[in-house]
Amino acid sequence: MITSILGRKVGMTQIFDAVGNMVPVTVVEAGPCVISQVKTAQSDGYEALQLAFSDKKAKHTTKPLLGHFGKSGSTPKAFVREVPSDGEPHEAGDKVTVEIFADVHHIDVTGTSKGKGFAGVVKRWHFAGQPATHGAMGLRVPGSIGQSAYPSRVLKGTRMGGHMGDARVTIRGQELVRIDAERNLLFIKGQVPGADGGFVMVTKSPEWVAKRKKQTFTTQAS
Amino acid sequence: MNELIKQIEKEYQKESVPEFEVGDTVDVHVKIIEGEKERIQIFSGVVVSRKHSGTRAMFTVRRIVQGEGVERVFPLHAPSIVEIQVKRQARVRRSKLYYLRDRTGKGARLRERRYVSSKKTE
Repeated sequence: MITSILGRKVGMTQIFDAVGNMVPVTVVEAGPCVISQVKTAQSDGYEALQLAFSDKKAKHTTKPLLGHFGKSGSTPKAFVREVPSDGEPHEAGDKVTVEIFADVHHIDVTGTSKGKGFAGVVKRWHFAGQPATHGAMGLRVPGSIGQSAYPSRVLKGTRMGGHMGDARVTIRGQELVRIDAERNLLFIKGQVPGADGGFVMVTKSPEWVAKRKKQTFTTQAS
Repeated sequence: MNELIKQIEKEYQKESVPEFEVGDTVDVHVKIIEGEKERIQIFSGVVVSRKHSGTRAMFTVRRIVQGEGVERVFPLHAPSIVEIQVKRQARVRRSKLYYLRDRTGKGARLRERRYVSSKKTE
């Protein structure tokens, strides 16, 4: 069974669970994805599947990619990711839908976080900054970044200001509240990385993640 | 807001909610699940606030229990709210009746409205 699917974050809302508690959810439009390539040990040296999601125009696609998608009989796609092979035989051109999550409760969601630009040390690393009064001048500066005699240099990895966000982020063990197979929707409890309309990859959580998480909403009225 | 989100929110809204306004005295019938059993509890008091729209619409009911003011906030579309009965309507001049918190007894009375509100005749 394939355990990953590609999708697009639609946005957030609140829904009621079976006993009437409000649950904050992110709606993700996931699939249907097409398997655009099956990698095999003979031809590629390892086993994998390539999933593709979201149509794009042929005129916006490079010729090499057009040829690549043509092989699987699929239209050109904007979002392409490789997932490990599940050991079952799949043909290029097969579809993957949200039904793969039919009995899955916990998922990992990977996306690209919102870009924050050049962020200072307070925002980026949660430094406390300096006092606002008592003659302090700094406010949001980091303060000392090292010692003088030894090591006499700034250690690598010292937390400073710099570019923040717009990076690949994975949140593990998120709860899957509801699946809408008709409209290809996943309802995920809580937040998902990235802006509305951004591409995300949703994967079934590994066992060691799922068993640590409890279900925090009710699926059936008792 | 995204069209799809709007559609989804509509699914979680009740088809019809009883009409009531701030200042009305209402009986809210709340379904309570105790283990296996289900029962209906009635919370009656004055509606002091209504806010937000769509699925997130909330209203606050204030009542005096044993001399102590108690306010409960309900989501309008919660499935646990079985019924809302309007017992008495009042003429109020503000949208939030938080001033009732500072008053007790005679000062906390609201002028009753016996005519039908213009909203309903439309």
